[in-house]
Amino acid sequence: MKKNLKSILSWLALIAIVYLALTVLVSAGVIRLYHLQILMGIGISMIMAMGTNLVLGFSGQFPLGQAGFMAIGAYATAILTKSNPTYAGFYLSMLVGMLVAGLVAVIVGFPTLRLKGDYLAIATLGVAEIIRIAIVNGGDFTNGAAGLTGILPYTSWQLVFAFVVIIAILMLNFLRSSVGRQVISVREDEIAAESMGVNTTKIKVMTFAFAAMTASIAGSLYVGYIGTVVPKDFTIMRSIDYLIIAVLGGLGSMTGTIVAAIVLGILNMYLQSVSELRMIIYSLALILVMVFRPGGLLGTKELMLSKLFSKKAKEGK
Amino acid sequence: MLQQLVNGLILGSVYALLALGYTMVYGIIKLINFAHGDIYMMGAFIGYYLINTFHMNFFIALILTMVLTAILGMVIEFLAYRPLRNSTRIAALITAIGVSFFLEYGMVYLVGADIRAFPQALQTVKYNLGPISVTNVQLTILGVSIFLMMALQFIVQKTKMGKAMRAVSVDSDAAQLMGINVNSTISFTFALGSALAGAAGVLIGLYYNSIDPLMGMTPGIKAFVAAVLGGIGIIPGAALGGFIIGLLETFSVSIGLSSYKDAVVYAILIVILLVRPAGILGKNVKEKV
Amino acid sequence: MKKKFALTAVAFLSAAVLAACGAAPSSTTDATGNEIGETLKIGYNLELSGAVAAYGNQEKNGADLAVEEINAAGGVDGKKIEVVSKDNKSDNSEAATLSTSLATEDKVSLILGPATSGAVASASPNATKAGVPLLTPSGTQDDLTSKDGKVEDFVFRTTFQDSYQGQVIAQYATENLSSKKAFVYYDASSDYAKGLYKAFKEAYKGEVIEETYQSGDKDFQAALTKVKSKDFDTVVLLGYYTETGLITKQAREIGIENPILGPDGFSDSKFVEAAGAGNATNVFYVAGYSTSVKLSEAKSENFIKAYTDKFGEEPNMFAALAYDSIYMAAEAAKGAKDSKELAANLASLKDFDGVTGQMTIDEDHNPVKSAIMVELENGVQKSATAVEVK
Repeated sequence: MKKNLKSILSWLALIAIVYLALTVLVSAGVIRLYHLQILMGIGISMIMAMGTNLVLGFSGQFPLGQAGFMAIGAYATAILTKSNPTYAGFYLSMLVGMLVAGLVAVIVGFPTLRLKGDYLAIATLGVAEIIRIAIVNGGDFTNGAAGLTGILPYTSWQLVFAFVVIIAILMLNFLRSSVGRQVISVREDEIAAESMGVNTTKIKVMTFAFAAMTASIAGSLYVGYIGTVVPKDFTIMRSIDYLIIAVLGGLGSMTGTIVAAIVLGILNMYLQSVSELRMIIYSLALILVMVFRPGGLLGTKELMLSKLFSKKAKEGK
Repeated sequence: MLQQLVNGLILGSVYALLALGYTMVYGIIKLINFAHGDIYMMGAFIGYYLINTFHMNFFIALILTMVLTAILGMVIEFLAYRPLRNSTRIAALITAIGVSFFLEYGMVYLVGADIRAFPQALQTVKYNLGPISVTNVQLTILGVSIFLMMALQFIVQKTKMGKAMRAVSVDSDAAQLMGINVNSTISFTFALGSALAGAAGVLIGLYYNSIDPLMGMTPGIKAFVAAVLGGIGIIPGAALGGFIIGLLETFSVSIGLSSYKDAVVYAILIVILLVRPAGILGKNVKEKV
Repeated sequence: MKKKFALTAVAFLSAAVLAACGAAPSSTTDATGNEIGETLKIGYNLELSGAVAAYGNQEKNGADLAVEEINAAGGVDGKKIEVVSKDNKSDNSEAATLSTSLATEDKVSLILGPATSGAVASASPNATKAGVPLLTPSGTQDDLTSKDGKVEDFVFRTTFQDSYQGQVIAQYATENLSSKKAFVYYDASSDYAKGLYKAFKEAYKGEVIEETYQSGDKDFQAALTKVKSKDFDTVVLLGYYTETGLITKQAREIGIENPILGPDGFSDSKFVEAAGAGNATNVFYVAGYSTSVKLSEAKSENFIKAYTDKFGEEPNMFAALAYDSIYMAAEAAKGAKDSKELAANLASLKDFDGVTGQMTIDEDHNPVKSAIMVELENGVQKSATAVEVK
């Protein structure tokens, strides 16, 4: 604990500095409402991309249905806060969304992840579509294609910031734990892992469920700042948007995902006027990155302040 | 009821044509070619331009489209998939998605996202055979699909190239040692699969009279489900899977589940993976370490 | 691992408790509005790319034409109209953030669009918060302008509501076509279609056989075959031309010759293209606007000519509605000092003469104007009948 104390404190300091900087800029009027909305969007895409990266970059499976889990969280919040329009109701709905998403992930993940192969990609695509179709046909419960409106603005940028930090910490700690190492071993060589006694199916499903739950949280946050939710918001395109962030940032690097989310979020803002070219540029970028630099921008490197301290300590000696 | 059967068969034959391409590519390089549905879309657009601008006869346009999409498939393989032959499967899959989107949004940029009416190159004639009625367009689709499937089976079973394809799918290293040029075999596989997809695109364009740059997405996914259902990597399996999916979709509409017809197809995938992952005609091959 | 989960759970709960169980976030209406300065700034929040780009682009064309004409004639109160055009990519979250951007960054006095109801619902709160009126040329969902009896102060529309169109179709079917049993085939994945269906079913007095389809479908044989043997006298297709055109073709081909009725979603030349000219016979649809029947003589004539000259194709309903929207906004801006006054003027707009008819904005911010049912024969408009909803 002592060894890590320095790096933990420096991380906390870093987070606090970023938070204070944002607060100052907001109250000074430099960051206005429009920018805040963009930042919240970036924060949510960070959470979604981290979830995608967890499954894709760390456990080596291909989830294309994150948008479906996001939809579960968003609709859970939209529906439950209608009858309970308070912050408590909001958090409760978030919890409900998480549980439902986790359950669906386990139900879908188990048969598909049992197999060695890339079936998860199409299966998750299919599941996301099934979820969307179910919402469209949900009658008065989900208000079908028209969606639900009038959700109060529960999400503030501070809340999104807090969740990004919490989820990042949870994920990184998960990956550094012994379970996390099992996850990485599955990615590296599934057959070898299995012969070492790792229950590969259980590990894969667990990771998938974790990612589904974080996607659901992102969904609840999403509806809290947009105020309306329609099934059309959660198509395959949305899952692919987050996939692009994870891939470009570096599969296997959470730092890369965070950096890529910020870069792409800002880029989106500037490419507003040439939006038709946006997708073409991104798809080309995907292909080029895969061909020339398959690790993504940051590969598997993580920003680790602890390394800074251990180096200093060594130099001191 | 019989009429629904006919409807389902027609729909199924299109899915079968697409599924064949998927299964061939998967069988040979273990890649789910996400861009396959978009080659189908390109086929439809190429046919549209050939008939509209050059006023070709339908069947000539069909053959020419098949040639052009075959070339497109080979180009994609060469540029995007070949460099990744030794990379992880994930990298190849992501690239496939990238290619798929590039084709879709490239077309949206070039021709706009709105639908276009496919030229009515064949005059519609209806035939009433007792309780069912079919149009000549429907018969053409069925006929061409079956012909192409049989031609494919012939190529794969009876020609040297076909033998090479089968060898590479089983063990590409051993095939190479036997003197087979793996690269050109793979290119040939892509060419065949893409030609079939292109044909399906033209046939569907004619049948439904409407094409748009995003038309390949959903049929592509459903065709993949069909391939898995029949047994991925097994050619007759893909054809069988295609017909079954087409019939299932038609029947779910006829029993009142039309809002869920897509969901039914996706659900079939989960069920099949749960119950019989190797597919209907598949054999459970144990992987040797 | 388990410890971590427990810790987070506790953190969660304590945060929830601390956040004061009874508190609810307030939707603050800053509502200072934007001043109208040297130019009248109008922002477009339109679907220029993405799934429904066709509508957004047509509306942009119509609006641009109107802006050009008004500026050429001297502007509004001597001020020229300045346009800030943004693309919401047919995405609701983009529509919402663009609304904020246009209102708070570009400081426009009116937002035109979005074209689709879902996007309007997402964009409205931000426009309202900033005190800037939002005028949608084609958002048809009933609850956009008035929800649970409460009027949205800053949301307006130029087109009919879904409920009104549904009534128009039902009335025409019963009175002009003597329909007693209708086969209704509607798009279950579209809020437009579902709203229409609800209204139609309520207003229609005969029996209804219903089937549904999804946007993007191309094959309707199964449903049409199923229904062919049943007994009905009219076919009602509720959806957009992308599918209804195909349905018309397939229906006629399997031998369904009954009259086909539809909403303004049919109103595009692509409908006839998809259906095939021969099949587009005995087809009736709602229009607020028709190139052959003018609801406002001289103005329509000029509009059609000017639009065709500038864009090379005839204007459709979306373009016409956007054209009228800009003229309405210009009318409401006369004498207004800021966006809030503009909104107030819009709300009290009376007897405005547009190419889509003469309209008055009612207390729910919906336009009261007459509808017409256009009849197609061989893909060409044969006649148009005005329908007054009783």
